[in-house]
Amino acid sequence: MATASVAHHDAAVHDHHDHEHHDNFITKYIFTQDHKMIGKQFLITGIFWALIGGFLSILFRLQLGFPDMNLEFLRPLLGGWIDESGKLDPTFYLALVTMHGTIMVFFVLTAGLSGTFSNFLIPLQIGARDMASGFMNMLSYWFFFGSSVIMFISLFIKTGPAGGGWVVYPPLSALEQAIPGSGLGMTLWLVAMTLFIASSLLGGINYITTVINLRTKGMSFSRLPLTIWAFFLTAVIGLLSFPVLFAAALLLVFDRSFGTSFYLADIYVGGEALPNTGGSPVLFQHLFWFLGHPEVYIVLLPALGITSEVIATNSRKPIFGYKAMIISMLGITILSFIVWAHHMFVSGMNPFLGSIFMFLTLIIAVPSAVKVFNYLTTLWRGNLIFTPAMLFSIGLVSFFISGGLTGIFLGNSAIDIQLHDTYFVVAHFHLVMGSASFFGLVAGVYHWFPKMFGRMMDPRLGYIHFWLTFTGVYLVFFPMHYIGIAGFPRRYYSWTNFSFTEMYTDLNMFVSVAAIITFAAQFIFLFNFFYSMYRGRKASLNPWRSNTLEWTTPLHPGHGNWPGEIPTVYRWPYDYSKPGAPEDFIPQTVPLSQTPESNLPHEQELVKLEMEIMKEESEVLVANESKH
Amino acid sequence: MYGFLIGVGVLLLFSIIWMVYRIQTLVSVVKGSDNKVATGSNKVNAILFVLFLLGTGILMFWYSIKEFDNYQMPVASEHGVITDQLFWITMAVTGVVFLITHILLFIFPYKYQYKEDRKATFYPDNNKLEIIWTAVPGVVLAGLVISGWMAWSDITAPAPEKAHVVEIMGYQFAWEVRYPGKDNVLGDYDYRLITASNSHGVDFTDKNAIDDFPSPKVVIPKGEPVLFKIRARDVLHSVFAPHMRLKMDAVPGMPTRFWFVPTKTTAEMRAELNDPEFEYEIACTEICGRGHFSMKKVIEVVEPEAYQKWLAEQKSFIQQNPALAENLPAEMKELAEIQLSESKK
Repeated sequence: MATASVAHHDAAVHDHHDHEHHDNFITKYIFTQDHKMIGKQFLITGIFWALIGGFLSILFRLQLGFPDMNLEFLRPLLGGWIDESGKLDPTFYLALVTMHGTIMVFFVLTAGLSGTFSNFLIPLQIGARDMASGFMNMLSYWFFFGSSVIMFISLFIKTGPAGGGWVVYPPLSALEQAIPGSGLGMTLWLVAMTLFIASSLLGGINYITTVINLRTKGMSFSRLPLTIWAFFLTAVIGLLSFPVLFAAALLLVFDRSFGTSFYLADIYVGGEALPNTGGSPVLFQHLFWFLGHPEVYIVLLPALGITSEVIATNSRKPIFGYKAMIISMLGITILSFIVWAHHMFVSGMNPFLGSIFMFLTLIIAVPSAVKVFNYLTTLWRGNLIFTPAMLFSIGLVSFFISGGLTGIFLGNSAIDIQLHDTYFVVAHFHLVMGSASFFGLVAGVYHWFPKMFGRMMDPRLGYIHFWLTFTGVYLVFFPMHYIGIAGFPRRYYSWTNFSFTEMYTDLNMFVSVAAIITFAAQFIFLFNFFYSMYRGRKASLNPWRSNTLEWTTPLHPGHGNWPGEIPTVYRWPYDYSKPGAPEDFIPQTVPLSQTPESNLPHEQELVKLEMEIMKEESEVLVANESKH
Repeated sequence: MYGFLIGVGVLLLFSIIWMVYRIQTLVSVVKGSDNKVATGSNKVNAILFVLFLLGTGILMFWYSIKEFDNYQMPVASEHGVITDQLFWITMAVTGVVFLITHILLFIFPYKYQYKEDRKATFYPDNNKLEIIWTAVPGVVLAGLVISGWMAWSDITAPAPEKAHVVEIMGYQFAWEVRYPGKDNVLGDYDYRLITASNSHGVDFTDKNAIDDFPSPKVVIPKGEPVLFKIRARDVLHSVFAPHMRLKMDAVPGMPTRFWFVPTKTTAEMRAELNDPEFEYEIACTEICGRGHFSMKKVIEVVEPEAYQKWLAEQKSFIQQNPALAENLPAEMKELAEIQLSESKK
C-alpha cells in the first residue's frame, strides 16, 4: 500500500513539471483547470454580484426609509422605473426585492462562498494536487458564468426582471398577466437558474469525489479540518437538493410555456378564465422548499467550517469538541432535509403536517446550539489574536446566536401564524443566514488571502471594515424585529395604506441610513482587497502560524500545489498550545515521533506504528532515487 | 458649480484618508509591529467588544422598554391571547440564552486576549459537557414545542358547527366578502362563471346561493366563533388580520379556512386605545403583484345583537341585481322571485 502511493506521488510530480510550462494567458486565467484559479474566479464573480445585490437593497431601502424622497437622480440608471413624480415604480420595487434575494442567496452565498472556498481549500487542505476532475471544475465555473450573464441581462430588459419574490411562487411567476416580470424576466430567471444548478452539481460531485478519494497519506476523515467536513457535507446537501429545484423549475416551465397545469388551477386573470384546472400551487412550495431549506445550510455550513478553522487558529487552542462539531454538522445535514414545510405553516397545507414539521424543526435547533457552545468554549482560556478574520468569525457566532434564537419563534407553528411573512422573518434570516454566511465569506477572504495572492491584506483597514459592518448589520436588522412584532408585512412598497403600519417611519429611516453606511463600508474592503493584491505586504509562508496543510505549500503554489512530494499527515489539525510543545502550534505534517515531549498517552502508542510506516517509505524512496 | 465643489471636496477627503493610510502603514513598518504576533490593536479590539456589548445592550433594553406599547399590538381574539403568551414565554427563554451567550462571547475576547507570556489551555473535548448542552436545549425545546403544538392543534381544529361563515376571496388587488345568508351555507362557485356582474363566480343554480350576499366590509359578532373560508381568484394572497392573530394563504384552486373567536368589538377597542379612528384591518401577506401593499379590508366586530340586526338588513346578490336570476332554470327562478318579492315588502 505504502509502496504504491509513494510511487504514484513521484509520477505525479513529473507530470506536473511538464504541464506547468505550457500555461498561456487563456489556460492560466480564463479556461483554467487549476482549482486555485477557479476558486479566485468564483470569488471575483461573487464580489461582483455582492455589489449588485447590495446596491439593489439600497434602492429599495431608499423607498422604505424615505418614501417621499424624489428619486429623479436615479433616472439615468433606472429610466422608466422612476415615474413622472420621481417615485420608484411599485412593480420594479418587487423586482428589486426578488433580484436581491436571488442574487444574494444563490450567486453570492452559494457560488461565491462554496465555489470559492471549496475549490480553493479542498485540495490544499487534504493534500491533493487538484480536484478529481479539473475539467468538470472548469465547466462548473463557466456554467456559473453563463448563468450570471443571463441573470445580469434580465436586469435590463424592458418588462423588468422576475418580480414574484425569490421563491417565485406560481401562479404569480407563471402568469405574465399578473405581473410583467413573469414574462421574459422570469424566463431568463429560469434559464439562469438551470445553468446555476448544473454548475452547482458539477462542483458538488467534484468536491465529494475529491474529499473521498484524494486525501493525502495519513489524512483520515478523523484528521480532516472542520472546513473540509463542512464543504463536504455542503456538497452532499447540494447534490441531493438542487435536482429537486430543477424539477420544480422544469414543471414551472411546462406550466408557463406548454399549457400544463402542475401548479395552476381555477384562475381568472386579466378578464378571462384560464383553462388550467387540477394543479396545486402548494406542490410548488413543497418542491421549492425541499431545496430552499437545505439551501440555508448550503450557505451556512461552509461559513461555520471557515469559522471553526479561524477561531481555533486565532485562539491558539484546539477547536472544542471536534467530534461533537462533526456530529452536529452531520445532524444538521440530515435534519435539513426534513424541515422544509416550516416555511408553509399557513400555506393551507394540512395542519397535521404543520405539527410534524414543528417538531422536526425544533430538533434542528439542538445541533446548532451545540455548535455555539463549542465555539464559546474554544474561546474560553484561549490566547486570542484578533486578526480581521477572527473578528469576523466572532461576529458570525454572534449573528448565528441572534438569528438562530428567533428561529425558535418561527419554527413554532402557533407563534408563526402572526409572524409569518412579517419583518420578523426578514430580521431572522438576514441575521442567521445572510449576515452570518457573509461574515464567514469575508473571514475566509481575510484568512486565506495570503495563500491566494501571496500578500497580506491591511489589518487596520480590516478592523475598521469589521466594526463598521458588524455594528451596521445589527443596526439594520435588529430594529426589524420590532417592526415585525408590530406586524409589518414583507415586500410592501409603502406603509401608508394601513393604520396598523402607520408608524415607525423614524425606525425605517434609521434602518435605511444604517444600510447605506454598511454598504459604503464594504468599499473599504474592496479597496483593501484589490490594493493588497498588488501592493500588499509580502506574506510569510505561514502567517497565522496555522497547522493545516495549505501553509506548507510555496508562497505562490503552481498548478499541482506542492513542487515536490505531497506531504504526509501525522496528526489532527488542531494541535495548538499543546502542553510540552515548544511552540503553540504543531503542523499536521510533523510526525508524532518528533514530538515525544508533547504526545498524549494514546498518541505515544501510535508512534511505533508511525515509525514502521516511515521506514518502509524511505526504503521505497531510496530505491526510486537509485533508478534515476 | 455645487457639483464641482462637492467633487473637489470628496477628492480632498479621499486623498487625506489615503495619506493617513500610507503614513500609518509606513510607521508600522518602521516600528516593526508587522512582525509581532499581536500588536496594540489587539487590545483595542478586545476593549471594543466590551464596549459593543455595553452599548448595544443598553440600546436594546432602552428601546424595547420605551417602545413596548408601540410594537405590542393589542389582541382581539381568543387564540391570539394564547399565541401571544407563547410568544412572550419563548422571548423570555431565548432572551436569557441570548444575553448569557453574548456576554460570554464578548467578555472572553477581553479576558483572554493575547499575552505573549501566556499559553492557551489545551482543552480539546469533554463529553460530559457535550451531553449536558445537547440534553438541556433538547428538554427546553421539547417544552416549547409541546405547548406550541397544543395551541396549534386547538387553533386548526375543525370550526364549531354554529360558527358564522364568511367567505373572503383575494384577487389583484383587493378582497371580496361573501356571506352565506340565512341558511349559513355558501352557494357553490365556479371561476368560469366570473363576469363583471358576478365577480365571485357564484353559481346561482345552487339553491344555497340564492340568499348569499356581498358586503363591503367584514362584519362579525363578538364572542362567537367565526369561520373564514378563504380562496383566491388569480394568484396567491394571504389573509392577515393582525389584531386577530390570524393568517392564512388564499390559494387559487384550493379553498382554505381559519376560525377564531373575536373578543373585543371595534367600539371597545377604540375606547381601549383611545383612538376613535381605529379599525380592525385585513392585509395581504403573500406577494401578489404591483398592488400587494394596498389590499385592505376592514373588519368590524359588533355585539351579537347588532350583528343579527345587520344580517337582517343585508340584500342578497339577486336582490341587488335581479338580472343574475334571469338565465336560471325554472324552479330556481321561482325561489329567486320569492326572495325578490320578500325584499319588496
